[in-house]
Amino acid sequence: MAMNYNAKDEVDGGPPCAPGGTAKNRRPDNTAFKQQRLPAWQPILTAGTVLPTFFIIGLIFIPIGIGIFVTSNNIREIEGNVFMYYGLSNFYQNHRRYVKSRDDSQLNGDPSALLNPSKECEPYRRNEDKPIAPCGAIANSMFNDTLDLFLVGNESDPTPIPLKKKGIAWWTDKNVKFRNPPGADIPLEERFKGTTKPVNWVKPVYMLDPDEDNSGFINEDFIVWMRTAALPTFRKLYRLIERKNDLHPTLPAGRYYLNITYNYPVHSFDGRKRMILSTISWMGGKNPFLGIAYIAIGSISFLLGVVLLVINHKYRNSSNTADITI
Amino acid sequence: MTEPLRWAGYHWQRLTGGANRDNHERPYSYSSLLACRGKSSQTPTLAGKHRVVVPHLQPFKDEYEKFSGTYVNNRIRTTKYTLLNFVPRNLFEQFHRVANLYFLFLVVLNWVPLVEAFQKEITMLPLVAVLTIIAIKDGLEDYRKYKLDKQINNLVTKVYSRKEKKYVDRCWKDVTVGDFIRLSCNEVIPADMVLLFSTDPDGICHIETSGLDGESNLKQRQVVRGYTEQDSEVDPEKFSSRIECESPNNDLNRFRGFLEHSNKERVGLSKENLLLRGCTIRNTEAVMGIVVYAGHETKAMLNNSGPRYKRSNLERRANTDVLCCVLLLVIMCLTGALGHGIWLSRYENIPFFNIPEPDGHVISPVLGGFYMFWTMIILLQVLIPISLYVSIEIVKLGQIYFIQSDVDFYNEKMDSTVQCRALNITEDLGQIQYLFSDKTGTLTENKMVFRRCSVAGFDYCHEENAKRLESYQEAASEDEDSPDTPSGSLSNMAKPRAPSCRMVRSGPLGSISSNHLTGSCFALGSGEGASEVPHSRQAAFSSPMETDVVPDTRLLDKFSQITPQLFTPLDETIPDPLLETLYIIDFFIALAICNTVVVSAPNQPRQKIGLSSLHGMPIKSLEEIKSLFQRLSVRRSSSPSLASGKEPSSGVPNAFVSRLSLFSRMKPASPVEEEMSQTSKSPQGSGNSACPIETEKQDGNVGVTNGKVESLPGQPLASSLCYEAESPDEAALVYAARAYQCTLQSRTPEQVMVDFAALGPLTFQLLHILPFDSVRKRMSVVVRHPISNQVVVYTKGADSVIMELLSVASPDGPGLEKQQTMLREKTQQHLDAYTKRGLRTLCVAKRVMSDTEYAEWLRNHFLAETSIDNREELLLESAMRLENKLTLLGATGIEDRLQEGVPESIEALHKAGIKIWMLTGDKQETAVNIAYACKLLEPDDKLFILNTESKDACEMLMDTILKELQKKNPASPEQASSEALHQPPAPPDSGLRAGLIINGRTLEFALQESLQRQFLELAARCHAVVCCRATPLQKSEVVKLVRSHLRVMTLAIGDGANDVSMIQVADVGIGISGQEGMQAYVNLLFWYQFFCGFSGTSMTDYWVLIFFNLLFTSAPPVIYGVLEKDVSAETLMRLPELYRNGQKSEAYLPLTFWITLLDAFYQSLVCFFVPYYTYQGSDIDIFTFGNPLNTAALFIILLHLVIESKSLTWIHMLVIVGSILFYFFFALVFGAMCVTCNPPSNPYWIMQEHMLDPVFYLVCVLTTCVALLPRFIYRVLQGSLFPSPILRAKHFDRLPAEERTEALKKWKEAGKMDQLTSKYSDHSAVKSERIPISDPSAVFAVMSATSCAVEQGNLSVCETALDSDYSENKASGMAGPSKD
Repeated sequence: MAMNYNAKDEVDGGPPCAPGGTAKNRRPDNTAFKQQRLPAWQPILTAGTVLPTFFIIGLIFIPIGIGIFVTSNNIREIEGNVFMYYGLSNFYQNHRRYVKSRDDSQLNGDPSALLNPSKECEPYRRNEDKPIAPCGAIANSMFNDTLDLFLVGNESDPTPIPLKKKGIAWWTDKNVKFRNPPGADIPLEERFKGTTKPVNWVKPVYMLDPDEDNSGFINEDFIVWMRTAALPTFRKLYRLIERKNDLHPTLPAGRYYLNITYNYPVHSFDGRKRMILSTISWMGGKNPFLGIAYIAIGSISFLLGVVLLVINHKYRNSSNTADITI
Repeated sequence: MTEPLRWAGYHWQRLTGGANRDNHERPYSYSSLLACRGKSSQTPTLAGKHRVVVPHLQPFKDEYEKFSGTYVNNRIRTTKYTLLNFVPRNLFEQFHRVANLYFLFLVVLNWVPLVEAFQKEITMLPLVAVLTIIAIKDGLEDYRKYKLDKQINNLVTKVYSRKEKKYVDRCWKDVTVGDFIRLSCNEVIPADMVLLFSTDPDGICHIETSGLDGESNLKQRQVVRGYTEQDSEVDPEKFSSRIECESPNNDLNRFRGFLEHSNKERVGLSKENLLLRGCTIRNTEAVMGIVVYAGHETKAMLNNSGPRYKRSNLERRANTDVLCCVLLLVIMCLTGALGHGIWLSRYENIPFFNIPEPDGHVISPVLGGFYMFWTMIILLQVLIPISLYVSIEIVKLGQIYFIQSDVDFYNEKMDSTVQCRALNITEDLGQIQYLFSDKTGTLTENKMVFRRCSVAGFDYCHEENAKRLESYQEAASEDEDSPDTPSGSLSNMAKPRAPSCRMVRSGPLGSISSNHLTGSCFALGSGEGASEVPHSRQAAFSSPMETDVVPDTRLLDKFSQITPQLFTPLDETIPDPLLETLYIIDFFIALAICNTVVVSAPNQPRQKIGLSSLHGMPIKSLEEIKSLFQRLSVRRSSSPSLASGKEPSSGVPNAFVSRLSLFSRMKPASPVEEEMSQTSKSPQGSGNSACPIETEKQDGNVGVTNGKVESLPGQPLASSLCYEAESPDEAALVYAARAYQCTLQSRTPEQVMVDFAALGPLTFQLLHILPFDSVRKRMSVVVRHPISNQVVVYTKGADSVIMELLSVASPDGPGLEKQQTMLREKTQQHLDAYTKRGLRTLCVAKRVMSDTEYAEWLRNHFLAETSIDNREELLLESAMRLENKLTLLGATGIEDRLQEGVPESIEALHKAGIKIWMLTGDKQETAVNIAYACKLLEPDDKLFILNTESKDACEMLMDTILKELQKKNPASPEQASSEALHQPPAPPDSGLRAGLIINGRTLEFALQESLQRQFLELAARCHAVVCCRATPLQKSEVVKLVRSHLRVMTLAIGDGANDVSMIQVADVGIGISGQEGMQAYVNLLFWYQFFCGFSGTSMTDYWVLIFFNLLFTSAPPVIYGVLEKDVSAETLMRLPELYRNGQKSEAYLPLTFWITLLDAFYQSLVCFFVPYYTYQGSDIDIFTFGNPLNTAALFIILLHLVIESKSLTWIHMLVIVGSILFYFFFALVFGAMCVTCNPPSNPYWIMQEHMLDPVFYLVCVLTTCVALLPRFIYRVLQGSLFPSPILRAKHFDRLPAEERTEALKKWKEAGKMDQLTSKYSDHSAVKSERIPISDPSAVFAVMSATSCAVEQGNLSVCETALDSDYSENKASGMAGPSKD
């Protein structure tokens, strides 16, 4: 390298010209990219240029808003499938330590996690030297009131409304995320051998439902509970009331009777319980907010468009064009 | 104490650096040195003060080991790291960053179980990623330096090897103190060495120091006294002396020591004997020396203040903002802690969701709140964007890439582009407020062109010459559309593109020399073009523009009157015209001989044309013999003491003399007795003189009749002469004289030969040279005039000085006296006129001394020379005695040609609001002249000159000037306050422009602690500051001072207005605002705390959080930062005012930061609460709720960037779309794969669910629109109601080319710009500014000027290392002569 240097310095001191003769040319490529001359869209935000944007936003948002609003309001009519929810308020299912207090591996049916739950479950990890299944505070605090709905057709004999237990959880949760411990032919109780029930529970997890397909970790009430609510006031799907094939509404008008088996105390946190019956549209449950918001933003946008139109007319001469034409 | 430390450090380097030395070739391998360490440990006490250098050869082995073995060798290492220490040291340095420490703290915090918010391991990822990226970047940067070092270390030089008894090739790194080194012409000096031998018969060696101090003129160095006279080369084997000199220091202008012969005789050493590392040997065939300082102990390396962490302004501000963020964070965390405490106390009966500790008991609300504080810190840590610094670094890398590949910075001639050395500061290019420029080579070409002269009161304006220069300019500017130059001074601006070659053309009227000669000279002269060494050859030869002076016809006419007879009637009164002719003769003789110019032939540049060549000439004809005889007889008669004059050079060095350090290039003083005998012989000499005069006369007649001087055959052709001068203006004068057929033929320490047209060859015996110094500001030669045989003193110097030294009472009678007064007045007028034109003026005067007078003076002078105490003063006094009662001959005007386009560039820079300081090693007059010429100073500027001898005086003077300035500028009385100091006033708007001139000596006082403030205050009030006679270290100190105290962006060494950077100023700001989007995002987490009992829950999966931080939201800002371009380069070049925008770094003002923060606050509110109200009361779960939040946040961040950015290319689109797609891809894949991973958050199938849910899209669209609406509206209103100058300039880009030109023109005429700027910025200073460029085409000049600074080759490395040390650049540039 040194020799090269010297050679270049001392010997090759000749005329630098000889254009093209030198193979090494450090001239940067004169490409659009390297010279930063790429074709560019240079948005200049002035009233004139953005006017259409505002009007378009207004024109799109307002109909959407109206659509949403109408849809949301139509939910009132109890037709089609009716969803039965229980609601809790002031229940902080989103508390950090509460959210953490579970073992997904255990719930996924991992045998080792079943007998040796994660430390995150503390202090609901073991009870009387046996691992708790399912462990953790979330499972321990599972909602266990029972709700039954009756249609009071005649005073003496209210007809119970058939409530469907299955289909209330996400399909993926039920089939992928939550699994019972392995062993297809073994009775469920055997599969949970060596574990104990959560402290607050009355029954062990494998006795949550007589239907084995809805018992253990794949009990849908349990799965729904385990999907911790985002906000302290929440509802959770409890049952489905399926629409019958005839022309009658799912829940015809009449007097209904709700039987609650009270197990779940909420006084300690000033909580309240609710039961909600609702149909579901393409946009979920009833909530006017989105519709109103869309209408409002659409209107504001339209209004701004008008203001900008005025500005554009007023200032075009004195400002924009002035710069260019003075 | 420092010595052992240094040694230890060095040794460590050796061990870790992996040296690959060849031990066998060396008699003293390093291990042997190590072995001897133990016994020589007492030497440092001695070495602490001095260093002793003993030849690094066998006979002195013991001694060498004892004294010189401990000195570092010549290996240099500028890298920070080695392979071994890279990891620890880099980590150590990175943790100097507060942010990194903070993140480390967070990581550690997350390991505390009580406050743990995320999984421990995951928290480390961002930090590790950041550290790794930065470490890789640092490593690459250092590797580049390492390669450069290696290249330098492996350069080859010739070192004497005892084994082979000759000089062998050896790498620089293996050179050690005590080595004998032999260098040939044009070689770079590898280490500081004492010059022991030079092939030059006079023991002189020329070096070019441009790499060191930027001055491209040659400097002379002298062989150590006593070695000069040795005919043969010094044999290292026989060298038995030892050198004792001072310890390594960084003073380039000082070297003290002595050389002690084996017989204890001492010879003084001075800087004249020292060859400095990094300089280049010029015009000397070969030199030999002994190394005294090597490697990092060389003066050049010590002047390099070493690698320093350069923190950019932006980063500094980013740091403050990070601190603000920390404050905000603390507030948020306190809120969280308090909230959690309250929440806890509300639920005294433990509900299900309030989990007790693992051990069963419940923590108290206070303790819970306390823990929560730390948890929140971990949770909200993203508020301080860890990727911010990474992004900034990457953005800078990208910008450097574009700067380096900018074709405008490409120099075709050199085949080189800009090289950015420091990565950290590119964006600061757009915020420069102070520009420090060197003069030589930056502003000027350092090519002196003779323009005008005034002789005997007549001004010869050399119109032909001016036309010639014009033609150069036109020829050079043909390829550019540089039109008719608008102003007068522009016409001075010639283009120096012609190949550099200081060729003496054969004829007096510039006829063309033979092709052969041109060719050979070209090869040498233009070598710099292709050379790797940037400044190397340029100084050696001048361009024809400098050499071809076209004589003024009027003056030429007067030459016809010159006859040798003029000299005969010595004592009679001379008629005026004749007297004038005499003046003219004297004037040109003075031009030709009153200098230290060295004559050489271009085809044999290493040999000086001395008289020796005469003897070797084959004599061809009788006439030649005759002329030879004549010349010899002239010599003999005019130098009666030829034999005695020879004596000091051939004889044994007189101990008396040798102890004297050389003045400069002074003829070694002869002992008084000899001089006395010489004078006693003089009558005889004058008696003889009749005969030679006769022959001269004949010769002269021949010359006149022939019409041109056909050089004497025995002499080398005039055409083959090259002149080497210490300063280029000396050369210019010699060329001017040659144009009038007064050709300097040869110069030896004893005599000067001049070929004068009408008089024939004249040989002047050189009696004395009083070299130039800055105190006297003049130089003189004392010669014996060959015709009149009188002792004549020719003096040339600064006009102010010479005018004072003129004789008041002329001895020749009142008539002459009156005539002299007239002459003086006239000349002064001419001088004033010259100065106004920006010419460097010099006065030429003479004095005729009687022999007795001279003998008297000589005796005194000798006493002065030999005195030990205060010799300098005595010598000065002695010079004063000689240089008085002068007779004014005339004056000259030389133009130090400015680089192409410099005045326009400076004007543009001024307009851009940049203050320019010129720091130069030049003398004051020159510096001021240049400042005027390049429009740094305007003629009606008020000039303050700080030139004092003491600190007190300096203080007083500054005080006075300040008061005066305050009086003149009452508009800004508050400027004296400290704020004004921190926010330096824009160019004063009251119309009074002040310039400050300060010289190096005064600068030293001003830079002292106590005066710094005052000096800065003063300097801040002046729009231009010129520091002259400043040393490189001083230059660096000035830069440092201004940077640290005024807290402004500074740029050392001008590389012109920087369009590229300017385009990119705003972008980093945008990149940051993109990062601030992160804060909006973080606030989401904060808002959520209000709904989860302030428990520190995150509704986002931590992986998503990390990716948000590192990928989704950092790539787009980086791209923006790199590619952003607000206005096209063309428009910017035309409107330098726009630069002010970046200068005030508007894009990243604190206000902007807070507004952005407020905006982020709003955005986070929207981004949280729109989904909140949408999903309120529904059965949504935590992470499903978080998903639309994340998605909307991503859209907001990206679209925010779109709104803020000024131009969008397909790359932007690619990155944005890519980011979004990657986000969804990541979320989908992660959601599908992660069944049980990453507890507690579980993203399983959430995105899939959402992608099928129309509400998700509705929420995202609504949230994004609402969040961005205010900013969008703000930008729209800003665009329509009060567009910023930049925005307005953008409009121009849209127009078609012709319309744009038209519009720009109109904009300038209207000057509306200024009003607008003042309207929207607090600086109203711009108002009064006039924009003189009315011709749009003049703008092209500015444009070319920008690139020219780079193109001119003096800055092969465009010193973009702006706020790096001035000298550091220099030194590093020096240390690495090769660029690649």
